[in-house]
Amino acid sequence: MPNSTMTIRRYLILAVVMVTGSCGDTCLSVGMKRIGPVSIAHMGTLFAAVRTPWVDVGIVLLLGFFASYLTALSWADLTFVLPATSFGYVIVALLSRFWLHEHVSISRWIGIGLITTAVGFVTRGPSYTPPSAVVEEG
Amino acid sequence: MAAPLIAVAGIAAIVLTATTGDVMTASAMRKLGDLDAIKAKSGLGGAVLAVATSPRLLIGALSMALSFFALLFTLSHADVSLVAPASGSLTFVSNAAAARIFLKERVDSRRWIAAILVCCGVVLLHR
Repeated sequence: MPNSTMTIRRYLILAVVMVTGSCGDTCLSVGMKRIGPVSIAHMGTLFAAVRTPWVDVGIVLLLGFFASYLTALSWADLTFVLPATSFGYVIVALLSRFWLHEHVSISRWIGIGLITTAVGFVTRGPSYTPPSAVVEEG
Repeated sequence: MAAPLIAVAGIAAIVLTATTGDVMTASAMRKLGDLDAIKAKSGLGGAVLAVATSPRLLIGALSMALSFFALLFTLSHADVSLVAPASGSLTFVSNAAAARIFLKERVDSRRWIAAILVCCGVVLLHR
C-alpha cells in the first residue's frame, strides 16, 4: 500500500504536472492556430500537424506531464490529483492572455478563481483512499 | 456545422475520452502500487516495464490519445483559454463520479464541494 504522506518531493511532482500540462496545451494551441481550422472532411491534417515544431514541443511537454501524472497516481487518488493540479488553468489563462494575446474576460477570470479555490479546498483533505476503505465501502 | 456547436461537440468528445483514459490509468496505477517503491526495488527500467506492460494502462493511453486528437481538432476552432479550462474542469467532475463508481474512491463532501465550485467556474468560463 502506498505511503499517503505528502512530502515536498510529491508536491514538486504535482507542480511538474501543472507546468508541463499547461505549457504543453499552450504550445499545441500556437501550433494549431498556425495551421488554421481543420475541417471534418480533412481529418488527415491532424496527423500532419504532429510534424510541426510547436506541436512537437507540446507533445514533448505532454509526455513529461504524462510521466509525472502517472507517478502521482501511484500514490494518490484520481480525485485528489486532478483538482490538486487544476492550478494549471491559471497558468494557461496567463499564457493565453500575455503570450497568445487572447481575450480572457472578467467572468472567465472569476471562473478560474473558483477553480483555484476548489484546488485549495481539496488539497487540504486526504490524498489517498486506502484499500481497506475501498473494501468497506465496496 | 456552426463554430460554437463544433466547440461544444469537441469539448464533449474530449471529456468522454479523457475520463475513460483517466479512470483506466488510475486503475492501472492503483493496481501497480507506489512507483517510487518499484523504482527503488527494480530500478527505473523495472518501473517503466511495470507501467508499459499494464493492459489497463494501454487502454487508458489509447483513450488519452483519442482525447489528444479531439483536443487538437477543437483547438483549431476555439480559443485555448476556453477549451483547456472547460474540457479540463468538466473532465474533473465526470472523473469524480467515475472514480466513486468504478475506482471506489472515497469522494467525501470536501471533494464534492470542490466539484461544485469547479462546475460554477465552468459556467463562468462559458459566458
